[in-house]
Amino acid sequence: MSHALVEVQDLAKIFDVSPPWLNRVVERKPKAFVHAVDGVSFSIEKGKTLALVGESGCGKSTVARLLVGLYKPTQGQVRFDGTDTAQTLAGPGGQALRRRMQMIFQDPYASLNPRWKVQDIIAEPLLEHGLISKPEALKARVAELLRSVGLSPVDAEKFPHQFSGGQRQRISIARALATQPEFLVCDEPTSALDVSVQAQVLNIMKDLQRQQGLTYLFISHNLAVVRHVADQVGVMYLGRLVEVADKAQLFSAPRHPYTRMLLDAIPDIHMSGRARTPVQGEVPNPLNPPSGCSFHPRCPHANARCKSERPALREFQGVRVACHAVEEARI
Amino acid sequence: MTAPLLQVRNLRVEFPTRRGTLLALDNISFDIAPGEILGVVGESGAGKSLTGASIIGLLDPPGRIAGGEILLEGRRIDNLPYEEMRKVRGRQIGAVFQDPLTSLNPLYTVGRQLVETITTHLPLTESQARARAIDLLKQTGIPAAEQRIDQYPHQFSGGMRQRVVIALALAAEPKLIVADEPTTALDVSIQAQIISLLKRVCKEQGAAVMLVTHDMGVIAETCDRVAVMYAGRVAEIGPVHDVIHKPAHPYTVGLMGSIPAMDEDRERLLQIDGAMPRLNAIPTGCAYNPRCPKVFERCRAERPELMPVAATRAACWLHQAAHKEAAV
Repeated sequence: MSHALVEVQDLAKIFDVSPPWLNRVVERKPKAFVHAVDGVSFSIEKGKTLALVGESGCGKSTVARLLVGLYKPTQGQVRFDGTDTAQTLAGPGGQALRRRMQMIFQDPYASLNPRWKVQDIIAEPLLEHGLISKPEALKARVAELLRSVGLSPVDAEKFPHQFSGGQRQRISIARALATQPEFLVCDEPTSALDVSVQAQVLNIMKDLQRQQGLTYLFISHNLAVVRHVADQVGVMYLGRLVEVADKAQLFSAPRHPYTRMLLDAIPDIHMSGRARTPVQGEVPNPLNPPSGCSFHPRCPHANARCKSERPALREFQGVRVACHAVEEARI
Repeated sequence: MTAPLLQVRNLRVEFPTRRGTLLALDNISFDIAPGEILGVVGESGAGKSLTGASIIGLLDPPGRIAGGEILLEGRRIDNLPYEEMRKVRGRQIGAVFQDPLTSLNPLYTVGRQLVETITTHLPLTESQARARAIDLLKQTGIPAAEQRIDQYPHQFSGGMRQRVVIALALAAEPKLIVADEPTTALDVSIQAQIISLLKRVCKEQGAAVMLVTHDMGVIAETCDRVAVMYAGRVAEIGPVHDVIHKPAHPYTVGLMGSIPAMDEDRERLLQIDGAMPRLNAIPTGCAYNPRCPKVFERCRAERPELMPVAATRAACWLHQAAHKEAAV
């Protein structure tokens, strides 16, 4: 097995969502916690893409933010190239580590400062990290970055509002690439874009990965997009990973009942008129998750054990699955 | 073929602005047969939602219908006075919007909103209307409808709220439902439930649906026919199967190629370079010509109308040439 660039071990993030102190005292309301991410472990090899999929509220964006250090983990650790990120980011080596991992956000309208020119937006990380300080060199580097994402160097003098959504997302990518990072965390980078523009952005991301050997964590709710970009796929449900597998295996032979349900739920353009398997129920309230396997109220294969005992992520024929039914070979 | 339920003829919608008038919909024509599901697909800004808003008479000022006509069962509805249109809306045309939270009043119980709609349009007493409301909620798959009818919208989840909105749209047994991105705000597993629900209840009631969406997958699963819109015009219209498998318009080809598919592996997606033109800078001739890989002179000079190509109709000069060659 080749070298893992990012290793995540038993990562958890608990948010305190308790009502204010006065309400707790007067109305006797208890403290409340959301286990947004609950014991997640995975690793990403250098130059590969791991995609995390799941429905809203499953904790995929929280994982992304934990990885780049925007949140502090409640438990567990993230190791980047062998060092613990939470410790390093707090210490003197934090600046150097931040340079090596960058993030692309979902909404290209909210993630670019509307009062800054593109030149200043892309140059900011270069100045912040003290990589380039001479104005001419800075200008040349920004022009080079703009070209690498398919924009023109003259665009540097424009403001974000002069660009369309897809072009803005390319500016975000150029900004993320400015410090020559090794690892990019992409949180739903194309879900705010139209399909033809999404294709442009996905193609650029794949080209850049090939040219620069980038490692991606790609967060998406769109399985078709994931199938296009990922090498490995992790499926999340209520803060836990329920299945991690190679792309080909996950899409051709999904093991976990939730993965099967998700795959069944996608409307596929080439299956015109095909009736699909009905999907049962909705995602439970994360404040009060079900006992045992959190998927059991919606699962067609659930039995008494699933209701009481939480399944661990175990390896079966090269695929990691957290399911009692798979373990007992019931499905 | 039966008489169409809805006829849209040369519809033009414009927005007067300080810098001149913007033509948002340019000569749109299509029909919807009774009980048929027509999908309207396109990228943001193509005019799909505006088409829906014009039909239900909820065009936001300063937008206005500048030409053409909309007929429902042969009767013109685009020039009706406000009060008349209010009777049509709800009674004959139901509407489902994208965000179920903003289409419900948060201060009234779900039951009160349903009963109000039912008694406004149908000659029923309060208690009959309530019984019908419970029926509708059951029909749309809401468990324990008798209890949930007295709850407020915030007590429902997103998928359940959209079910309530569909119940509201169906309350007065309309002939046509205009559904504007009904599943865009929902998760895939819920989207599947809502789409099959919409399909089932409309079939049961014999209502036709105009389904506006940007999701080609939803169209493929749900619709009988589909209209592909681009820059305020219909680029192609025809049976779903033909448009998806044998697209005639280069834009439809590009659109289909740019969607990552679940059942094939491609290293790169087909990409359409550039972006849709802004309304104040629509190119002359065919609106797609600057991005079209097959463009020739005529495309830049003259605007193509919809012309028959096999089973579909496409607005593209390529097919005019083919047409002529075939004739000669």
